[in-house]
Amino acid sequence: MKKFSVTFTLNGQAVEILTAPNRTLLQVIREDLGLTGTKHGCGLGDCGACTVLLDGEPVNSCLILAVQAHGHEVTTIEGLADGDRLHPLQEAFVENGAIQCGFCTPGMILSAKALLDRKKRPREADIRQALSGNLCRCTGYQKIVEAVEDAAKSMRTKKEAAS
Amino acid sequence: MKKQFDVLNSRAPRLDAPDKATGRAIYTEDLNRPGQLYGVILQSPLAHARILNIDVSRAVRLPGVKAVITARDVGLTRYGVSPARYDETLFAHDKVRYVGDEIAAVAAVDLETALEAIGLIKVDFEELPAVFDPHQAMIEGAPQLHEDYPRNICAEVHQEFGDAAAAFKECDLIHTHKFVNQRQDAAFLEPHACLAEYDLSGRLTLFTSTQVPHYVQRTVAMVTGLPVGRVRVVKPYVGGGFGPKAEATPLEMSACFLSMKTGRPVKMSYTREQVFLHSRARHRFFHEMTTGVKKDGSILVLDHQCVLDGGAYSSFGIATVYYAGSLLGGPYRLPNMKYDGWRVYTNKPACGAQRGHGGVAARACFEQQLDIIAAELGLDPIELRLKNIMAAGDVTCNELNMSSLGMHECIDAVRKGSNWDKKKGRLPKGQGIGMACGFFVSGAGYPIYRSDTYHSTVVIKVAEDGGTVTVQTGSAEIGQGSDTTMAMIAAETLGIPLGDVRVVSGDTDLSVDLGAYSSRQTLMTGQAAKEAAEEVKRQILEVLAEELGLDAARLDIRRGRIKIKGPPVDITPLRIRYLREHRGWSNQPDGEELTFREAARLAYLAKGTIVGTGKYKPPPLGGKFKGATVGTSPAYGCSAQVVEVSVDLETGQVFVEAMTDAHDCGLAINRTSVEGQMEGSLCMGLGEALFEEVKFDEQGRVVNPSLGEYHLPTALDMPKVKSIIVESNEPNGPFGAKEVGEGAIMPTIPAILNAVHDAAGVRINELPLTPERVLTALREAEAKTGQT
Repeated sequence: MKKFSVTFTLNGQAVEILTAPNRTLLQVIREDLGLTGTKHGCGLGDCGACTVLLDGEPVNSCLILAVQAHGHEVTTIEGLADGDRLHPLQEAFVENGAIQCGFCTPGMILSAKALLDRKKRPREADIRQALSGNLCRCTGYQKIVEAVEDAAKSMRTKKEAAS
Repeated sequence: MKKQFDVLNSRAPRLDAPDKATGRAIYTEDLNRPGQLYGVILQSPLAHARILNIDVSRAVRLPGVKAVITARDVGLTRYGVSPARYDETLFAHDKVRYVGDEIAAVAAVDLETALEAIGLIKVDFEELPAVFDPHQAMIEGAPQLHEDYPRNICAEVHQEFGDAAAAFKECDLIHTHKFVNQRQDAAFLEPHACLAEYDLSGRLTLFTSTQVPHYVQRTVAMVTGLPVGRVRVVKPYVGGGFGPKAEATPLEMSACFLSMKTGRPVKMSYTREQVFLHSRARHRFFHEMTTGVKKDGSILVLDHQCVLDGGAYSSFGIATVYYAGSLLGGPYRLPNMKYDGWRVYTNKPACGAQRGHGGVAARACFEQQLDIIAAELGLDPIELRLKNIMAAGDVTCNELNMSSLGMHECIDAVRKGSNWDKKKGRLPKGQGIGMACGFFVSGAGYPIYRSDTYHSTVVIKVAEDGGTVTVQTGSAEIGQGSDTTMAMIAAETLGIPLGDVRVVSGDTDLSVDLGAYSSRQTLMTGQAAKEAAEEVKRQILEVLAEELGLDAARLDIRRGRIKIKGPPVDITPLRIRYLREHRGWSNQPDGEELTFREAARLAYLAKGTIVGTGKYKPPPLGGKFKGATVGTSPAYGCSAQVVEVSVDLETGQVFVEAMTDAHDCGLAINRTSVEGQMEGSLCMGLGEALFEEVKFDEQGRVVNPSLGEYHLPTALDMPKVKSIIVESNEPNGPFGAKEVGEGAIMPTIPAILNAVHDAAGVRINELPLTPERVLTALREAEAKTGQT
């Protein structure tokens, strides 16, 4: 199959790849670029484990062709921490016990990030809505919701301290 | 007063959480090996058919294909879960028994080629009549799946404790009730995956997404014919199991054979659809229960029949059909119990174990019956339950020993926590409140195969500098938090900070452990970890006592420091000796007390590497009757729940508005993890109650094999849960700890059903509570009222 050159920004770095047009963004991220933090749970856009941010919006990377990422900005779970310093959402997930098997966690955190980037003071209903495309079979969602609430709080405090 | 702990009973963050939060945690699908091949399985498109011929010639000739295997290549070694029912072979040879039955497997240089090769395998079938309903399957003359099992009866149980017939004569009120759930899917987020590597020394390493490395090792060895010692099973992080990953799969065995045949690593995984086809999840249970009580509410007798739709093979089914009866022995005093159960083969994917193994639908039926009886007697449902509740020290009629049981405390906690007394009977039409109780084993009392094996061994090794200790265990962290639990138990026992303990787990090379099923690891692996840590501590303190010229009884370790009882002792010579050993290193010990590090280093200098081992197996448990082992456990966790619902009386839609849960887990090793198990159990129960059903067409094909069409609860479906931890002191558990992972699901479904009855006045006797089912019940009730 003919391969296409695709250029996009991945976690802040420019990437250029050659890929067949039928390969999904998920396949390219996991198999060609070796970033295995993005999980493959169903391949049908049902579970949300493969969620990445495309220009800041959460998408199921199993439903997007890699060529569609051309010229766009992609963020995966590997792009969140600042070196060894966890993102406030990652910290809150660890502290609140929001992680059990961890398979939904990367997608969950990225969906939550998209929410907190546009809404500084989300209500519980906003959080549940924003996470409703990410299935979790372990936690019952409660500690995940609490973690997002905590992260929102700590992100606001940090921002206020910085300004 | 409760004992004060330095590490236990806290909310310590899990050891694996940072890696999981950053995407660094490695799951099986994330592994790759140089030169690896990709394997795919050919599955039957028919529910029941004779195999006349398998032609693999075109597949073999396809460029890129490295191996094609069928029953001819791998033999017909029978395997399964329970040795009493080894009814599977890796590949079907004479006939296929369900849509999805495995016929052949291919390994190729890439996945696309392997899939293409699968399409080139030509199988000639002669279709046979199939049977999908267990009741029809039991009729004489129905299509028979297995030659040795007439009327498709895979297993049957007939038990009687006390004298049921005589007891019924004593009863003032007798109630009969039928109930049926649906076949469920465990719907863990990570589909099964594995990677097999057969090396030049004739050793097979299998990385696999499993709950039970030990049983997989045993089964793979048996089926491949390799000695157990040459098979190593390694479990990377696992994305959830909930039961169906507690047995060896055709995926694993195919990968092993393909790697042995090609000499190359072979990676394989199930698609989401194949996860549904492999199944091994919750059975469909058809229950009928007749309960007899005295006027005052004392329960005298239960007569119970159950038919299980088993699917095409046994899997865990023998245990399941026993559990469906035995787990009603408590938590209420029930002097007489009769149980007749049948597990039946049908031409569908095999069912197995899932969270609350065998007991969930039974509990849903029985707890509704208690509410019906309470209403007829004019008693509050809680009063009826309290009247019959068991307490620590009670033994059930089927000889399960409740060595600790905070059941009464759990009921009190949810009664108060939910404001029950203010709400029960006082909510407006369309809103309701319901409650239920339940209990579950803290680890099966006996291994799956008959053996005197230890259920768990643990090795703890101290680093030569004394700075860290490593807990080595074959137990399986599958998301429930067992690694952190073992680290906490080791740290508390040794008297060192949690941060100084590392856990390596899930590898059959490390130790023997039966794995993550029947909620066993906290108690069983925990006991072995505690014993190993005590052994390490003893060795270190003995050396120190000798060096100091003291009685070892004067020495203890707490928070990483050596505590010396009695008159002061000069530690300076030992400190100087340690500092000389390590001169030039940073972070040296100081203070007036010796540190664990110094003592551990001295011990190393005296004895070489310090290693402690621990082991655990339960004492002989249970009665002498047939099937007495199923349901036995060294301890039982228990819980009570209150659920509030609203029912849209126009559309039949049910919304769960609030849930209050109290669980007795003995000592809560990690409070956050305990709540996590409670909340997760409630969510799975809510899904089974409201949404979940694996559906089939008339040809036995699963029609909803995706997470979209098979509806799991989302964040929007779950209400806020109030989790209340009740802590009894379990004499058989490490530091008094016992289970939480499965007992917590027991009351959920009946509490929802009882709340729906309270809201809408109708009893729904079939799950799930779809709007259609609820509305039909509402209309029928209306019609009945209209007639009278």
